[in-house]
Amino acid sequence: MQEAVRNNLESVKNVILVLSGKGGVGKSTISTEVGLLDIDLCGPSVPRMLNIEEQEIHQSNAGWVPVYPYGDASLAVMSIAFLLKNKNDAIVWRGPKKTAMIGQFVQDVVWSDLDYLVIDTPPGTSDEHMSIVERLSSHPATSAVIVTTPQQVAVADVRRQLTFCKKTKVRVLGIIENMSGFKCEHCGECTNIFSFGGGKALAEHFDINFLGCVPLDSKFTKAIEGGRRSDEETEKSSAGEAITDIVKKILLG
Amino acid sequence: MGDIPENAPDHCPGTESDQAGTASACAGCPNQKICAAGPPPEDPAIQEIREVLKNVKNKILILSGKGGVGKSTFTANLARAFARNENIQVGVLDIDICGPSMPVILGCQGEQVHQSGSGWSPVYVEENLGIISVGFLLNSPDEAVIWRGPKKNTLIKQFLRDVDWGELDYLLIDTPPGTSDEHLSVVSYMKEAGVTGAVVVTTPQDVAILDVRKEINFCQKLNVPILGIVENMSSFVCPRCNKANEIFPPTNGGGQRLAEEVNVKFLGRIPLDPELAKSADQGQSLFESAPQSMVAQALESVVTNIKLLCELKQDSETGEHQR
Repeated sequence: MQEAVRNNLESVKNVILVLSGKGGVGKSTISTEVGLLDIDLCGPSVPRMLNIEEQEIHQSNAGWVPVYPYGDASLAVMSIAFLLKNKNDAIVWRGPKKTAMIGQFVQDVVWSDLDYLVIDTPPGTSDEHMSIVERLSSHPATSAVIVTTPQQVAVADVRRQLTFCKKTKVRVLGIIENMSGFKCEHCGECTNIFSFGGGKALAEHFDINFLGCVPLDSKFTKAIEGGRRSDEETEKSSAGEAITDIVKKILLG
Repeated sequence: MGDIPENAPDHCPGTESDQAGTASACAGCPNQKICAAGPPPEDPAIQEIREVLKNVKNKILILSGKGGVGKSTFTANLARAFARNENIQVGVLDIDICGPSMPVILGCQGEQVHQSGSGWSPVYVEENLGIISVGFLLNSPDEAVIWRGPKKNTLIKQFLRDVDWGELDYLLIDTPPGTSDEHLSVVSYMKEAGVTGAVVVTTPQDVAILDVRKEINFCQKLNVPILGIVENMSSFVCPRCNKANEIFPPTNGGGQRLAEEVNVKFLGRIPLDPELAKSADQGQSLFESAPQSMVAQALESVVTNIKLLCELKQDSETGEHQR
């Protein structure tokens, strides 16, 4: 089985897991800036953010063909949302079924040549996380990016995620602090709605790279809601700029 | 008959029929043995949990398909709001096994659960507010609970069966995001004890609403009554210019529209406010640190709505008994 995984991901150069112990910190939002696999089975958000909810997966001789939102090979996406008949349907599954599905996502999808496979995960340290890490154990270039928000409550969960990475021997590329500070649309005043500095302090405490802060930005959340890619508007937004910086840091290693 | 599997042989009597597994049509069916054995025996814990929770008047599940929408913060504030009346006994059960936030938000991190003859004794932050969370069973804040489903289910069963809550007016159950093991377990273990209702928390943007719809679908599938929907992080009022910002825009009408669509009550909106985040991080009660704030008042009105709905429900239930 491990051999099969290897074969299907052989042409994938780097695998990056986007992790956070806490939900709603923006894992999926951060992920959509590259090309990806969504293993959040109970709450897939990636298709909505890329505005490709209506797409379907096609079966070919080689396996499942991922969705190419831009028509070219620049971005390939796989998510359970493409397999649901109705977008309101809940996936009410216990662990073993989720594990099997993730196995199929890794093994039966024709990923072809990818520089980066970004994997968006659900919150927590449970079935999905253990399954994907097990599946990827034979892939040499697997690493993780951890997303948090500045609050203590989120940081507390993220600490547990770091312990998970340590135990499963996944290399951590760094920590991103999302939703740090909000600049008022009207007067420009910056308020730290979810307090401040939690991500950086965490990175220092664990001696891990701090990749940067992404501010809360209504221009950016609106663009994400519209399912647009980093077009001019999002790139110019302060959140867009911050993400571009972080991506550069990740690419440079 | 709805219980005939699609791939069953002709003349299948149905998996729930008296003749399941014994009818002549069953001969040779690969499922015959399972059908003949009858329904699996019910877990005795279900009855035990009913006994244990007999003295709990209202059992409320706090749910959301999406993570980070404020389930735990809302649960904590709901508990604090109820507990301001010292005659009301409140319990909070945190079944988010991999990401327990309750100990931080309610300011009792580092406490331990004690075992007594009558079971586990909750950690009390107020005389009338007790909490159970996996957070109290961990040795350090860095310790991760890396468990697959079955282990989580066992712990949830223990939490429901072995905790000595005493008499409670409200038991608030805080859940992790999603529709998986934890949710299925808590609902099935409480089948006999009965859930008063679920409060579904969402944020205004469509990306969250999408997942919350799934949670509502889950409640419908499992026959869990929904008390209503709360919209959290609705808008942010800038402290300098007092103008509202929609950080998470309600592209398609937000929580209220969702409530209308699925025909459940809309319980209210709670604005984004640094005070709320701060009180959660410091484990303080918002009703003490900023009682006059807009967010405290918004919470207050949601709490009143929930209280009324619970009372209505109890009245109709006792009414039915008398009849």
